[in-house]
Amino acid sequence: MFKIIVCIKQVPMVSELPWDSKTGTLKRELAQGMMDPASRRALEAALRIKEDRAGEDQETHITVISMGPEMAREILYEAKALGADNGVLLSDRKMAGADTFLTSFILAEYIKKESPDFDLLLCGSQTSDSETAQVGPQLAGELLIPAMGYVQSIELDDGMVRVQRHVDDFMELLEMDLPGLLTIDQGAYSPRYVALEGIERAFHTDDIRTVNAGDLGLDRDFNALKDSPTRIIDVYSPATRKENQVLKGAVKKVVGQLFDEYGKIISGAMGKDLKTHDHEGAK
Amino acid sequence: MTGTKDIWVLGDYRNYFHSRVTLQILARAAGLSAKTGGRVCALVFGDHVDEYVNEYIAHGAETVYVIDDPALKDYSVENYSFLMTRLVKEFKPETLLVGATRFGQEIAPRVAKYLKTGLTADCIDLDIDAKGRLVQIAPSFGGNLIAKIITPEKRPQMATIRPGTFQELKHDNDAEGEVIRLPLPSDLPAKKIRCIRSEYKPSRNRKLEEADIVIIGGRGMGSKRKFKKLFELAELVNGEVGATRPVVYADWISHDALVGQAGKHVKPRVLFSFGVSGAIQHTAAVTDADFIVAINKNPNATMMKMADVAIMADANQVCSGIIRAVKEKIRD
Ligand SMILES: Cc1cc2nc3c(=O)[nH]c(=O)nc-3n(C[C@H](O)[C@H](O)[C@H](O)COP(=O)(O)OP(=O)(O)OC[C@H]3O[C@@H](n4cnc5c(N)ncnc54)[C@H](O)[C@@H]3O)c2cc1C
Ligand SMILES: Cc1cc2nc3c(=O)[nH]c(=O)nc-3n(C[C@H](O)[C@H](O)[C@H](O)COP(=O)(O)OP(=O)(O)OC[C@H]3O[C@@H](n4cnc5c(N)ncnc54)[C@H](O)[C@@H]3O)c2cc1C
Repeated sequence: MFKIIVCIKQVPMVSELPWDSKTGTLKRELAQGMMDPASRRALEAALRIKEDRAGEDQETHITVISMGPEMAREILYEAKALGADNGVLLSDRKMAGADTFLTSFILAEYIKKESPDFDLLLCGSQTSDSETAQVGPQLAGELLIPAMGYVQSIELDDGMVRVQRHVDDFMELLEMDLPGLLTIDQGAYSPRYVALEGIERAFHTDDIRTVNAGDLGLDRDFNALKDSPTRIIDVYSPATRKENQVLKGAVKKVVGQLFDEYGKIISGAMGKDLKTHDHEGAK
Repeated sequence: MTGTKDIWVLGDYRNYFHSRVTLQILARAAGLSAKTGGRVCALVFGDHVDEYVNEYIAHGAETVYVIDDPALKDYSVENYSFLMTRLVKEFKPETLLVGATRFGQEIAPRVAKYLKTGLTADCIDLDIDAKGRLVQIAPSFGGNLIAKIITPEKRPQMATIRPGTFQELKHDNDAEGEVIRLPLPSDLPAKKIRCIRSEYKPSRNRKLEEADIVIIGGRGMGSKRKFKKLFELAELVNGEVGATRPVVYADWISHDALVGQAGKHVKPRVLFSFGVSGAIQHTAAVTDADFIVAINKNPNATMMKMADVAIMADANQVCSGIIRAVKEKIRD
């Protein structure tokens, strides 16, 4: 039996982010949740390994785990509908506000306690919300196992994996001893989707276990927000701070205006001098 | 917590001629250390790395810690994270900065974990607050939000820095720096990752990511034939052409011109955006442009709202108009 654990995160649905246009901030509490697209690719990689092995009559067991609020249960059901065998939600008020240091700590605590005998741990490379790309490497650091990021293809061999990836302009073929962790590249393992009925069926038939801070044996005064080594002191939207000039009318006129007012910026970026407008030249 | 005030920068020298990120961070570190005191130090690991040691000194490093050993010939996350952790524990810098290359993004989180400290990802600015702490400024939600992050107690304060964020200092051949050579520790852990093959293979259209002028065409350009005008404009202004997803799907341009969540990230000084609505999967990858000119019939398109100059007109005609104007202006 080959045991895979996939870490998946729920993120706000990016295309429908409810913005507060007055303050330029995100109304996160109103955002709809979805499975992080990067996590989805990690799950896809696990499903394909499982299918390939099934073709050779070899068994594979996939556990998906997610740390998040109660609402994150939805993506675990979805993962089960897609073919995961087991889903676990790590959820507790005390876990809220964890930075990547503590997110990886909590995930690792669960893994050490409940499935220390895994072979392969899979993560997305970078989520679509806070997009730090730090949880995978830190989880491996916490578990003291080897890890490789941005993997594009995986081949299992006896006690190890062989992977291919394209990083910093190098195409690499690497081998890693198992147990180990891989993060899946954003361009690899295009994910499958599941029909809504499938998810609903999973809702009716499947149990997702919930594990809280006490179950993990975390300190009574554990508080992820307070204990995180980093602290967010401000969040703002850069786009809304922009002054915007609208030009309309005949093409000739607007193009003329563009170069009159911003010709310097454009010619600077071009690296060529542009003749300035007549009345400026006449000065 | 009796450390130094030093700022350390990891010497990420692979791809030296493309990725100047280490030099860029050294420049910013010099600015920060002017406020906090402490030295600007570089870390260099590898085999025969003197050329990089000298280069970092010429670009602002006051001290360089070097471990030069044949065992460090390969760029290895396992070795580097072990060595960085060891040196930080010994010399106690206040701050540790790493370029957000893929390699940096693999190594920095591990080192932060081993050192039990915080790490901010992919910063686009750094500052010092009134208490002398490092303010780490990083984008999230595809650049739609910016977070300011500090590491109140743990040291070192760690951040990865997006390449292209800071301007490197001029190469100064007369600069002097201290070089501290250290032996390879005898207890380097056994490797669990082996490199079978590594081949230098730059991605094809990296020009797009580095161009100072990027011209993006969306579905509003109308047809493949009309879209071709953008190439003429690009040629004229030394720019590169990018596209939205419907455009690459329609095969008006090859797939490696795709700009967006599923494609490339651009950061030009001037971006022209023709007939693009501004879906978040696209705009996420253009917010680093310094100056945006959007052309769209619809003044309410998101791309128009994001632009510095929004031209409400036909994308095609404006493209032709700009081509004419530029030709006139560079004629003599
Ligand atoms: C605006 C903003 C900025 C932030 N910046 C930082 C920062 O610079 N440094 C920092 O330490 N923290 C930061 N955080 C906190 C960070 O968002 C959380 O720690 C979060 O739980 C994980 O980070 P991520 O989404 O960036 O994960 P990534 O590291 O991008 O995630 C990669 C993969 O790890 C797995 N994974 C991540 N989170 C979970 C989870 N909760 N459950 C299961 N699997 C998971 C998934 O497979 C995912 O695809 C920030 C938060 C916000 C809101
Ligand atoms: C998971 C996912 C990932 C995606 N990744 C990407 C990505 O990486 N990159 C990307 O680009 N998209 C991506 N998309 C698609 C994205 O959501 C948008 O559909 C796409 O960016 C729209 O392209 P567009 O602006 O060219 O077309 P449209 O949205 O059709 O906009 C055309 C615009 O042209 C204007 N227009 C029409 N005629 C004229 C005219 N004659 N003159 C001037 N203006 C005119 C219209 O007013 C409109 O604003 C992704 C989508 C998903 C779901």
